Amino acid sequence: MNDQDKHWLLRKENIRKLWIVFIVILVATVVAGFFVHLHQQNDAYGTVVADFVVHQHATFGIEGTFGFYAWYGFITCVGMVVFAKLLGVFLKRPDDYYDTESGTGTDKVEVDHD
Amino acid sequence: MTELLFPPGLLLVIGGLLMPLGAKIRNTLIFILPVLCMILIWSAPANYVVTLPFLGFELEPIKITTTGRLFATVFSLMALVGGIFAYKQASALELSAAFVYAGSAIGVTLVGDLISLFVFWEIMAIGSTLVIWAARHDAAYRASIRYLMVHLLGGLLLMIGIAGHVVETGSIRFEALELESISQYLILAGFLINAGAPPLSAWIADAYPEASPSGSVFLSAFTTKTAVFTLLIAFPGTWLLIPIGIYMIFYGIIYALLENDMRRILAYSIVNQVGFMVTGIGLGTEMALNGAAAHAFAHIIYKALLLMSAGAVLYQTGKRRCTDLGGLFQTMPWTALLGIIGALAISSFPFTSGFISKSMIAQSAADQHLAIVWFALAAASAGVFLHAGIKFPWFVFFQKDSGMRPPEAPRNMLLAMTVFAVFCVGLGVYPDPLYAILPFTVTYEPYTAAHLVAQFQLLLFAGLAFFVMLPMMKRTLTISLDFDWFYRFVFKHLGVAVVSQTSRARSQLENKAQATVQRLLNYLDKHHGVTGILSQTWPTGSMVLWIGVILGSYLLFDIVF
Repeated sequence: MNDQDKHWLLRKENIRKLWIVFIVILVATVVAGFFVHLHQQNDAYGTVVADFVVHQHATFGIEGTFGFYAWYGFITCVGMVVFAKLLGVFLKRPDDYYDTESGTGTDKVEVDHD
Repeated sequence: MTELLFPPGLLLVIGGLLMPLGAKIRNTLIFILPVLCMILIWSAPANYVVTLPFLGFELEPIKITTTGRLFATVFSLMALVGGIFAYKQASALELSAAFVYAGSAIGVTLVGDLISLFVFWEIMAIGSTLVIWAARHDAAYRASIRYLMVHLLGGLLLMIGIAGHVVETGSIRFEALELESISQYLILAGFLINAGAPPLSAWIADAYPEASPSGSVFLSAFTTKTAVFTLLIAFPGTWLLIPIGIYMIFYGIIYALLENDMRRILAYSIVNQVGFMVTGIGLGTEMALNGAAAHAFAHIIYKALLLMSAGAVLYQTGKRRCTDLGGLFQTMPWTALLGIIGALAISSFPFTSGFISKSMIAQSAADQHLAIVWFALAAASAGVFLHAGIKFPWFVFFQKDSGMRPPEAPRNMLLAMTVFAVFCVGLGVYPDPLYAILPFTVTYEPYTAAHLVAQFQLLLFAGLAFFVMLPMMKRTLTISLDFDWFYRFVFKHLGVAVVSQTSRARSQLENKAQATVQRLLNYLDKHHGVTGILSQTWPTGSMVLWIGVILGSYLLFDIVF
């Protein structure tokens, strides 16, 4: 299929644009975190712009550090994917695993009835 | 104030039993019963109790508490919207069973004693099994039997526990219980089995995805959340529930990451979400319990929404594996959009219902300075976005182009999904009505800038991790072994081995016995048979000879002595 016939969301150049937008948003959230720590103001429903609040509920030291949630979210997710992948080596089976077992399993039984 | 003498849950149970009478009756009952049930629940005064003497006990078949009313409300809502989703496509059996199931779940939330609770508990097991049967295919039947076995086991533990508890304390009241003896532990185990706790968590992912497209929507709502309700009433602040809940959270994430079947992904994420609630109940502070209750409320809605969108895809394409799906957003844009709203809500995205409920649980872990719990919950929140929030919509609606161009979902399905999507966003933007009906007064403010920024960072970077790791997440045609391997493989093969070994042993024994009898027969035959020495006719001469010998001996004896 020609690239231009595809749905706009599937075209190569648009996928690249989406990535750029995504990265800009990622940077914005980290930068916003910086402002949240600087300004101590009060406005509960504030958006990702400066002057707003902070109920600093950094209970655990590391939680208050710059960009904590960003790297923590990223690293734990990578960790979980890798862990799942490793576990998959031991746990994955073909998806007809139980079916074939029940198929051959019962056929193979030799029960000698008189 | 009218006297409420009839358990509201029983209304749905009886209505459900009337449903097979005809399509017209059915369609009327589906819309009227849940509304009527909700009116009954809310017209009764708070702490309303009806007692009923039974075998020397004072049963309380109706007891309206704040927590019970919250769960009964969302269960009724679920029955109504689930009914809208299902009424055109589902079979009479399924709808009938689903209403019996919903009614008994509502019954559990509105009882004051353990005996009434147990009765509704068992009706629930039967109703839900019938919902699975209604899919009417072989795999569903087999899965439903495994499901029933697990729940009968759970019911049995519960019954032994209740009996023991009544003997020890003399009380049948359904209230906060102390873990004093084995009886209370058995009650806890009975509740936990229904919640999908380890080691028997596998029943959820085994049975729910085998139901019909609408069947799994009903199933996702009631059993596990009723268990959450009972834990919330009977075991708040039980320390043991924290590790169990955290295990469930990560179990759900890891297994969902490995899974290929879209509805099984969502089934694993039920365990994950219930894990958050169980952890909250274990934490036991007012905020944590509020969080668990609010999360159950929000969860029922967005999980039903997710399973509805998966159900609509299954209904239109007949496919359920991620490897067969993809690119469906082009012809099913509404199903995709509404499914994504559900996915955002389950991920606790700001301005959705998950954001205003789940964060209360994490906040109370922080308030109690439980660092490990808090870090685990934060990682898990990111993991939810990873395994359900992105994975489900991505592999079903985007990913590759599967080439399928199914038509948009039927209108009643879209309507049901829209109602729930409105709830997901509505509760997220304006949580006050939900906060108002929680068990305790809410002092929590979800929308602070710090919380918003933190949540956006956590989720969006989890999203980044998803797309970076995408090559490692390529779907394969596999299932993952779980605890059910023991009863689907080991026990089965043990059973087969026992049968074949015992029958071999029996036939060997039989051969041996036959040989022994044969030897005896041969021996007898040898001596007494036709040619046997003892059955021969003897010649007259030999008799004369022996008489001569005898007479000779007499003579001899006479001479000698």
